[in-house]
Amino acid sequence: MTIVREGMKIISATKKRSRLRGENLPDVTFRLVALAFAGLIVLLVLAMAIAMAKSSWPAIQQFGLGFLVGRTWDPVFKNFGALPFIYGTIVSSLLALLLAVPVSLGSAIFLAELAPAWVRGPISLMIELLAAIPSVVFGIWGIFVLNPWLRTSVEPMLGNNFGFFPLFQGPMYGLGMLSAGLILAIMIVPTITAISREVLMAVPNSQREAMLALGATRWEMISKAVVSYARPGIVGAVVLGLGRAVGETMAVTMVIGNRHEISASLFAPGHTMASVIANEFSEATYNLYLAALVETGLVLLFVTILLNALARLLVWRIAGGPKGAQRE
Amino acid sequence: MIVRSYGWRKAKSLVMIALVVACVGVALVPLVSILAYVTVRGATALNFAFLTQLPKPVGETGGGMANAIVGTLILLGLACCVSLPIGIFSGVHLAEYGKGWFSKLVRFITDVLTGVPSITVGIFVYTVIVLPMRSFSAIAGGIALGIIMVPTVTKTTEEMLRMVPRSLREGAWALGVPRWRTIVSVVIPTAAGGIVTGILLAVARVAGETAPLLFTALGNRFWHSGLGQPIAALPLQVFAYAISPYDDWQAQAWAGAFVLTAMILIVSIVVRIVARGRHITTR
Repeated sequence: MTIVREGMKIISATKKRSRLRGENLPDVTFRLVALAFAGLIVLLVLAMAIAMAKSSWPAIQQFGLGFLVGRTWDPVFKNFGALPFIYGTIVSSLLALLLAVPVSLGSAIFLAELAPAWVRGPISLMIELLAAIPSVVFGIWGIFVLNPWLRTSVEPMLGNNFGFFPLFQGPMYGLGMLSAGLILAIMIVPTITAISREVLMAVPNSQREAMLALGATRWEMISKAVVSYARPGIVGAVVLGLGRAVGETMAVTMVIGNRHEISASLFAPGHTMASVIANEFSEATYNLYLAALVETGLVLLFVTILLNALARLLVWRIAGGPKGAQRE
Repeated sequence: MIVRSYGWRKAKSLVMIALVVACVGVALVPLVSILAYVTVRGATALNFAFLTQLPKPVGETGGGMANAIVGTLILLGLACCVSLPIGIFSGVHLAEYGKGWFSKLVRFITDVLTGVPSITVGIFVYTVIVLPMRSFSAIAGGIALGIIMVPTVTKTTEEMLRMVPRSLREGAWALGVPRWRTIVSVVIPTAAGGIVTGILLAVARVAGETAPLLFTALGNRFWHSGLGQPIAALPLQVFAYAISPYDDWQAQAWAGAFVLTAMILIVSIVVRIVARGRHITTR
């Protein structure tokens, strides 16, 4: 009975508050429905983390933190360590950043600072189209165009000239870490370019005018007054690109070569966390195997959530809070 | 401090600007290469049978991916059923009532959800839908794609509703229209063009998603036989055929990639051109 009485109290309190706002019953209902759906999004992310933690529990229990540093992944002997995949994810993503950041930053500077209006539109559109191409299409292009090119021209060239680095030693298959890094780089260029461009365009014009008035050249103005002002936002864009690279699955799965070993060479095949899940999930015949794969996914989820949260905070600092946060 | 001559600084500026322009070139090379290969290889492998027939068994040449094309359309329909109510209502909440800490949280989570890898969405749907149902299914695939669409739909709805001038709302209120009626019959119709644009772009983006379908929709070599059964999807079929060792299948994978890319790019471009400069129609 007390529950009912408490319930009535809450309802009457809500009624009173609604009347103060000038709301009637349909108004309240509508507002609460909208609120409920918004709450659903929050619940969804929570549910994701909880459901995945629950089904990876057997693996978490059995291997503990050793899962993250174990180097063997052996479904036959039921021994699972994810280090080769974590290593693969880190190496391929860093390689992608190394290649993509200069190109994207240059493109963003061009689009935000240099391009005349009639060039800006079409080129922005083309870079957005690059983002719209499905990852499986990048994958098929990777298999049949990028990999043969790497095998016959790029890898021999690197091997012959820089073969003294362990990075560029070993047999050249075309598919492997280098290929994965390159395809990831292509895929994250649009992300980093688009966000950096937005951040650069948010830099106040007074920055540019002051620098030019001091007699700076165009490049000095861009590098010292615009890019350095926008640096946190650009870092945010890069972190966001990193988040995309870490989570990207299909294209990487198709070009990385799928091998469960850590190798110093970029020519060697490997695995990323995402690609091992894509490859082996449907083969996971027993519970612990499945749990180990789900745990890999859980690690991936946490890493990308952290990266995204960090990136958003950095971008918001420059581009003025969450999009549309201020009204009128 | 070293003082450089003006000529030197000017030259440096020119060189750097040339490098920046070169960056744009480098960024566009892969796009051109991908589009060229997909068009040439795909269009040559494309024929009427590809669009109208089922896949042939291993060893037989010919056949097509008609079931996968239909499957993708069904999955997209299901994804819309899941994501549109959640996305649009959340967008309404954020735009019309979104002032407190809760709305900030929702906005933040929405942004975070954008960055969640699609494969983890696949795992999530596998554990909460596929395992209890004991079957891979079109429904599971549709839900997975729907979850991926939610943040985009939410953000577009919010942004478009915010662009509706306050005077329109005030006009409705002044006539004694209740707040919810104002939103439903004045604000949303005004912003409808922009919202539809955003939804179409979101649909185009998830149309190419493969990873979340791997262990939800699974794929199917026949016509779909009910929403509780595994269903074929174009990206899945392209993936399976691209990594197969058969020349004929690889050619079909290119044709599939061509159809998929064409669908997505045409929708993206047309929607952008139509939407340009008329997000809001205040008539």
